[in-house]
Amino acid sequence: MSDSTSGVASVATQLAAAPRSPARVRLDLLLADRGACIGLLIIAAVVLLAVFAPYVAMDPTEQSIVNALQPPSAAHWFGTDEFGRDVYSRVIYGTRPALFVGLMSVLVSMVIGIPLGLLAGYRGGWLDTTISGGVDIMLSFPGLLLALMIVSLVGSSMAVLVLAIGVAHVPIFVRLARSATLLIRELDYVAASRTFGASELHILRRHIFPNVIGPLIVMATLSIAGAIREEAALSFLGLGVQPPDASWGNLIRDGVITILEAPWLALIPGMCLTISVLAFNILGDAVRDILDPRDLASSAVKKGK
Amino acid sequence: MFSFILRRMLSLVLIAIAVPTIVFFVMRMVPADPAYVVLGDQATAESLAAFRQKAGLDQPLLVQYGEFVSGLARGDLGKSMITGQSISAQIADVFPDTLSLALGALVIGALVGISIGVITAVWRNTWIDFVGRVFALLGFSFPSFYLGVLLLLIFSVWLGWFPVVHTMRGDGWGEYLHKLALPALSLGLVQAAYVTRLTRSAMLEVLGQDYVRTAFAKGLAPRKVYFKHALRNVLITVITAMGVYTGTILGGAILTETVFNRPGLGKLLIGAIAQRDYNLIQSGLIMFALVIMVVNLLVDLSYGLLDPRIKYS
Repeated sequence: MSDSTSGVASVATQLAAAPRSPARVRLDLLLADRGACIGLLIIAAVVLLAVFAPYVAMDPTEQSIVNALQPPSAAHWFGTDEFGRDVYSRVIYGTRPALFVGLMSVLVSMVIGIPLGLLAGYRGGWLDTTISGGVDIMLSFPGLLLALMIVSLVGSSMAVLVLAIGVAHVPIFVRLARSATLLIRELDYVAASRTFGASELHILRRHIFPNVIGPLIVMATLSIAGAIREEAALSFLGLGVQPPDASWGNLIRDGVITILEAPWLALIPGMCLTISVLAFNILGDAVRDILDPRDLASSAVKKGK
Repeated sequence: MFSFILRRMLSLVLIAIAVPTIVFFVMRMVPADPAYVVLGDQATAESLAAFRQKAGLDQPLLVQYGEFVSGLARGDLGKSMITGQSISAQIADVFPDTLSLALGALVIGALVGISIGVITAVWRNTWIDFVGRVFALLGFSFPSFYLGVLLLLIFSVWLGWFPVVHTMRGDGWGEYLHKLALPALSLGLVQAAYVTRLTRSAMLEVLGQDYVRTAFAKGLAPRKVYFKHALRNVLITVITAMGVYTGTILGGAILTETVFNRPGLGKLLIGAIAQRDYNLIQSGLIMFALVIMVVNLLVDLSYGLLDPRIKYS
């Protein structure tokens, strides 16, 4: 996609140089983008903290009532909460539910949403009417409310959170995949493939899916940001990750209760949450700029001036 | 135009039937027995049976559904399983609070968002544009409930300009608005980020069109071109999209009401979930969906009014 926009000259230089695959070209473009790099660095840091949490933090659930509600100090970088637990350790362990729910729930919504959208867009007819109708009904609820309903019915656990937030994001993926498919299925090469007797599955997988994947990747990155925010929101409402397990959302919830005595208890986890969401949003924006040839062309013109 | 409204109404009616039906049957799929949940494990078999009979839970599912639908048609949402209070009365009591919060947020979001969007588009690729875009990116990333906590901390706890406790409604309009300010701001500023992006890109597109160039070429003052010629077309795009954001605003209202401990539909729903008051949960969900449907319909209709070309299609 992005190759088509580079001018003849740059194509020639590319051919003269070592051949680069389209994926490689996009990766290079991504790494040349300052915003994308900042986003990727923050995400990498969060992932590392989540993986190596036991090595960089203490036990996040160990209580010590004598040390309750201490301000930040050398021993407790982010202070202690009302049970004397080390908030720095709790914030570090809070990366785990955020990333896990963020990534897995978007995977769930893509696995359900994309095939439905492809089918609805390609087949049309009653199937499209049914799927699109279902999507309309789901969209008449706020996503958070939908997740809330599921969690309130079946109780809260990590798996339920992933499913609830994942299901709530399904409609966007269905819509996006469907509208992209509607455009592509009319193109000549799809018709050509059909005349050769290609099966529907083959056409969907080999011809349609690769061409709708761009906007879907952008949407997925932005959805991870949304899912992290929603996990925090549910935990903030007391319906997500349950104490004593730490999540940024339930840390903010606890922090609000003691906001008069110890405001940092709400401030710091919220800051970590916001920065992580920001990182995925920046990355999503950068990926959109790179995958959307129209935007790429305009930014190339801008830089050329 | 007429067939457009007719089609819209038809799909609205279908959704209006489907949503309560789905909510009703999903709520009946709860693994736990409501009677057991409400009365606790000390309850005797007789009191459980009495509760089921009183709540109509001993009836066949379809009979329960029939009662539910006929009640809904009369505006009667039944009684709370915990307190026995009329749900319609409870909702009517807090509904104005959620409505004022949502409207306040909508107005703040539209005013701030459209202004910054227009400014960043007019001064594109300057530092003003950069600042505006950073604002939008931050707004996208700030969870509204965390922004609420920040505003509460700064303006209520530290500066003391606004009340810390929002539970009571206060007397008169002045006090009501005073208590509405921070919650509406925390919800509205996040909304403003979306509106900013939308306005900026719509404005950029419009500014690139021939009729805008013509307006400039014939010597119109830039102010006139921006506000009379360009903005009007931008507003159509923005207003349509605002309908979609109503859902986000209402979802955010649940969080905002919890942060500020403010009465409202969201607070009622969260309380119902905590107490497992299934009737109340069900009604709360339906109310949210209903409001969103009505707003979307209004937006669709106003779209036709704002853009005369729609009538001919």
